[in-house]
Amino acid sequence: MKLPIRVILTAVVASAALAACAGKNTKPPAAEASAPPAAAQPENNGGKYTVESLDTDSCLRQRVVYFDFDKSEIKPEFQAQIACHAAYLRQFPGARVTLEGNTDERGTREYNLGLGERRGNAVDSALAAAGASASQLNVVSYGEERPVCKEHNEGCWSKNRRVEIVYTAKQ
Amino acid sequence: MTQRIFARLLAALVLMLAATVAFAQGLSGDVPTIDIKNGTASATPIAVIPFAFEGAGLPPDTDVAAVIGNDLNRCGQFRTLPKADVVEYPTRGSEIKFPTWNLLKQAYILVGRQIENPGGDIRVEFELYDVAKQQQLLALAITGQRTGLRDVAHQIADLVYEKITGVRGAFWTRIAYITSTGTGNAIQYALMVADSDGYNPQTVVRSREPLLSPAWSPDGTRLAYVSFERGNSSIYIQEIATGSREVVSARKGINGAPAFSPDGRKLAMTLSFAGHPNIYSMDLASHQITQLTKGYAIDTEPKWMPDGQNIVFTSDRSGKPQLYQIPASGGAATRITFQGNYNANASIAYDGKHIAMVQGNGNVYRIAVLDKTTGDSKPISVGNLDDHPSYAPNGSMLLYTATEGSRDVLYAVSANGRVRQRLVLADGDVREPAWSPYRQRGQ
Repeated sequence: MKLPIRVILTAVVASAALAACAGKNTKPPAAEASAPPAAAQPENNGGKYTVESLDTDSCLRQRVVYFDFDKSEIKPEFQAQIACHAAYLRQFPGARVTLEGNTDERGTREYNLGLGERRGNAVDSALAAAGASASQLNVVSYGEERPVCKEHNEGCWSKNRRVEIVYTAKQ
Repeated sequence: MTQRIFARLLAALVLMLAATVAFAQGLSGDVPTIDIKNGTASATPIAVIPFAFEGAGLPPDTDVAAVIGNDLNRCGQFRTLPKADVVEYPTRGSEIKFPTWNLLKQAYILVGRQIENPGGDIRVEFELYDVAKQQQLLALAITGQRTGLRDVAHQIADLVYEKITGVRGAFWTRIAYITSTGTGNAIQYALMVADSDGYNPQTVVRSREPLLSPAWSPDGTRLAYVSFERGNSSIYIQEIATGSREVVSARKGINGAPAFSPDGRKLAMTLSFAGHPNIYSMDLASHQITQLTKGYAIDTEPKWMPDGQNIVFTSDRSGKPQLYQIPASGGAATRITFQGNYNANASIAYDGKHIAMVQGNGNVYRIAVLDKTTGDSKPISVGNLDDHPSYAPNGSMLLYTATEGSRDVLYAVSANGRVRQRLVLADGDVREPAWSPYRQRGQ
């Protein structure tokens, strides 16, 4: 019983490491990103999701990726969430998401705009690596301007260091 | 011809009305309360005697001497004689009994009177004396409207400051800052401009989306700032007097941290459309941009050195954010901060030698001043989440933001860190202060 779990864990960690690598500095320039029209892509994933799945599927309902302090690497526990959103985006080429990058309040506001964008780009790269089309993905950084929690402690800060996956078109 | 003059008059009237409305709104909701946190024993003692009123009508609402005294106190270099200790009320030099003020250990005494002109204007005459030498240092008059006496008082404070210290005063200046009120969907942001002591707040622009990073044009007539009202960050330049504005950059990614060059012809900024936040310089006549930094790091918060030849900016190219300097035309960057593991958001004093910045150590972020000659930096604030320093044009004071409880408040601190004054809004947060350049008459 123990062996499969360990195997799965290893696999998850390995893919996380890959994604973290991919997220760093290897994002293709925006000009290349507008490549083939997403509509031409075949439906893979066997039509697993419907548009309603965004409200009903337990994985797709997860829309927030949290980060460590001053970090933009995607943690292993968010790989499943990235994978299911990428699968949905593959299945619905017309779907569009905005990745809203956010930081906690520590540090300067303009630097945090940069940090929020770095986090948004990390999720962007991970979704693209898992098959989402670049034309479906848009990154906006709000830096520390949109906290969900306003206390000055780690419990609160950890909730604010996040990328929100916001669907601007569902299909 | 007559029609054109009429149209101009009408336009002027509309403008005046708009200004009055903005002013009234500012007063109703956003009047800051101001308290001085601590005084300093080593400051120069000066007696500022209440100015007498000579006229038939009611005395003006503004207590000119009180405004001057408040200015002198908060800069940290002066300590005014407390009201209760003022035992005599001379209003001109010939009435001063010097032994009294000598006994009260005053180095200087300022006396004056407000004379009502037939037209209703007020002529404020004032005289500054050295108490020990019994010598007149200043004897001048400034005339202003009844409603403009705070401006007159700040100009007198500037003259007194310059006469005694040899450095131009910066009390008759303005500050820009961002307010945010309400929560959730009802949140409202505003870019405000007020007198340097927080009075006369006026709304420059309101938005339901975040506003940040106001920056003054060197002539003090325009503000550049970042607004999210288009859904992403964009940089605007707005004329303060007319409210007319233009978008100067709304590219993909970050459009942030605008800073006018000292000659007003260029705007440095942070743009990330090419993939990573880098520093660019925009020619404001053509809107052509030139890329000044390259690479994958976060490069942001560009600030011009006073000579316009170099730009100081924040970069995390070495891991954590530190300050670097590059030639304004681009080129190799030189790191200038080595103390503290987080140094960001420079504000450069007019001498180019002192640079205020946000210095982070662990979870504590304070304002520190770097002496560029020695490389040493000293903290001048005492909070845990202090941000966004901005020097007065004469380098005597700084503004910064502090987070206290659930509120963001502004502090004005003397450059030596000894005197701190807090500006708090009745409701909401106030942050991102930017001190204006010197004002010119008529502005």
